[in-house]
Amino acid sequence: MTPATHHSTLFLAMRRLRAPLITLITIFAISVLGLTLAPGVDGRPMSFFHAFYFISYTATTIGFGEIPFEFSNEQRLWATICIYMAVIGWAYTIGSLFALLQDHTFQNAVATERFARQVKRIHEPFYLVCGYGETGRLVCKALDRLGERAVVVERSPDKAGEQELHGYVTDMPCLAADASLPETLRFAGLTSRHCRGVLALTDDDNTNLAVAISARLLAPKLPVLCRAGSTEIAANMASFGTRYIINPYAKFAEYLALALHAPNTYHLLTWLTGLPGTTIERHRDPPRGKWVLCGYGDFGKVIVEAFDRESVPVTIIDREAPDGHGHRVVKGDGTGASTLERANIHLAVGIVASTGNDFDNLSIAVTARELNPNLFVILRMNAYANHALFDAFESDVTVVPSEIIGHECLAVLTTPLLEPFLQEIATKDDAWSAELVEQLTGRFGWTVPAVWSVRLNLRRAPALYRHLMRNSGSVRLADLLKNPHDRAISLEAAVLYLRRDDDDHIIRPSGDEVIRPGDRLLMVGLPAAKRDFALTVTNGHTLDYVLTGADRPGGWVWEWLAERRRRAADTA
Amino acid sequence: MNLEKVIFGFFIVLAATLNFGFFVGDLSNPEHHDIYELFAAIVVNLIATVLKFGDRTQIGAVHLSTSLVADLQLIAAAMVWGYGAHVVGTGMTPDITAKVVSLSGGALFANVVSVIILIAETIMQRR
Repeated sequence: MTPATHHSTLFLAMRRLRAPLITLITIFAISVLGLTLAPGVDGRPMSFFHAFYFISYTATTIGFGEIPFEFSNEQRLWATICIYMAVIGWAYTIGSLFALLQDHTFQNAVATERFARQVKRIHEPFYLVCGYGETGRLVCKALDRLGERAVVVERSPDKAGEQELHGYVTDMPCLAADASLPETLRFAGLTSRHCRGVLALTDDDNTNLAVAISARLLAPKLPVLCRAGSTEIAANMASFGTRYIINPYAKFAEYLALALHAPNTYHLLTWLTGLPGTTIERHRDPPRGKWVLCGYGDFGKVIVEAFDRESVPVTIIDREAPDGHGHRVVKGDGTGASTLERANIHLAVGIVASTGNDFDNLSIAVTARELNPNLFVILRMNAYANHALFDAFESDVTVVPSEIIGHECLAVLTTPLLEPFLQEIATKDDAWSAELVEQLTGRFGWTVPAVWSVRLNLRRAPALYRHLMRNSGSVRLADLLKNPHDRAISLEAAVLYLRRDDDDHIIRPSGDEVIRPGDRLLMVGLPAAKRDFALTVTNGHTLDYVLTGADRPGGWVWEWLAERRRRAADTA
Repeated sequence: MNLEKVIFGFFIVLAATLNFGFFVGDLSNPEHHDIYELFAAIVVNLIATVLKFGDRTQIGAVHLSTSLVADLQLIAAAMVWGYGAHVVGTGMTPDITAKVVSLSGGALFANVVSVIILIAETIMQRR
């Protein structure tokens, strides 16, 4: 399905209707001409004016009768012929028109054009989402909830049609076309100045690669997030400078490794990158000891590597496992109790069910837990449609690739400062994270908080920026973190990370830190605090109140009156 | 030889010649201007317009626009004729005739442009 190489549907329609229209014109011409030649009752033929009038209402089956005079028999004879010719002409024209409207190519062209128009009419920042599968749906839903706009390109018309049924708050233009074609991306607003980022989330690695390359060449400044299923594709994407490549399995392996050696850092990470509004369930931390892994595929491989890095012993169960990884392999099917017993399941502390089949995975997990009830179970979910079964089983961790990608995308897109901060915390020790987690969840609870970044510039924080330009070095961080409705109460938000223009950065800056114009802050807190903080930095009066406690009247007249009153009070 | 090109050229030239045939003669003398010729010119012009539909090249667009101008002028001329012959009821006075013919003269100019474009296109192709 090429997205309308014939860009203008009007031209397509005109070309298709050429023959019927000419037929119609000819029939009209012949009819009118004949009527101006046929003699009337008084022997004189009709004039062109009357002939055209008569044919117009007769041919369109309106039929007013014989106007302006009774017809002669010659005229009636010709009129009869005219009626049949006209019916054929209209039938042909209308038939062609309906055939055109039913035509797949034409409908496609119309849909594409409407889509391009819709995208062009978006005058606010939006994200371009390629692929509306499970991941795409998750990301779109979250973007919608965050009040961000999105444009969707999906190859399958069925899934694209589904998008309209999901009832988003904002209008989300959607096109059923192949995202790997640069032309499609251009229609979808890749080169628009409002486009803020591109997300390549299709389940086809090559399409994602094509999207990444198109974006790199057509809109080099846009951040591109790419889903990658294999390390080769990820390396290929990285080779031309794709900034964010998300390989869900590698990401999970990374998290697992983190959870094994620094559980608190892992908790902090899941708390910060969760879907907004959801509550993080604190599951027990994966224990160190002997592990069993069933299914040595793409996912199994990266998990085994993660175990290797953490030097955790692991036994692999697979029908045909290649060697060279230095682990014990039990040949067979993990779904059977005998195979699991051969892999010493009763001595193991945990099991990873990582085959490509959801039912196999569930079967493995159920059997294994019967043999050893204390097992820590990690389940791989391949299709989100089966999630009810996985929920019922209550595994310790369920790996859902679409969710991993979704969380990662949202974290990167909506809060650009989060990524460098997460890299920083990965280098800290567990005790540091433990203290931070304790402090933050003590204040904000285990529900995923609002995490946002603010740049203190003229556009995002006009009031604060102007204030800082006038009196530099006067505002400390703690001065700002007050409730704009009552400054005695502190704002339910904390600054995690401060980045200066000169590449200087401070992790968990103290309240005494003096802010400078152009600083970037990574903040975490309750959603209401996010709104309050935005009010403080954008509204001059609110800022004055928060900083000084003085409630300034707005408007020139009130300002002048207040000034007079103050002066009068001074002299008295 | 391409049959499509023959038909295309035929209608464009025919539109221009019929238009010219109606236009030529004393401006205000109704006897010099046959109403059937105006009718034929309108019909052929309409057909020529439809034939030009759907060509998205630059030259195709100009082609179409000249035809639309000619249609507009000729239909205006026909309406003036209808007004004179039936609404006022005075028939073809020299005054009305002059109006009709001068409108068709405008259409003739558009048709001549159309023919020139046709020739230019043909020369450009060199086939």
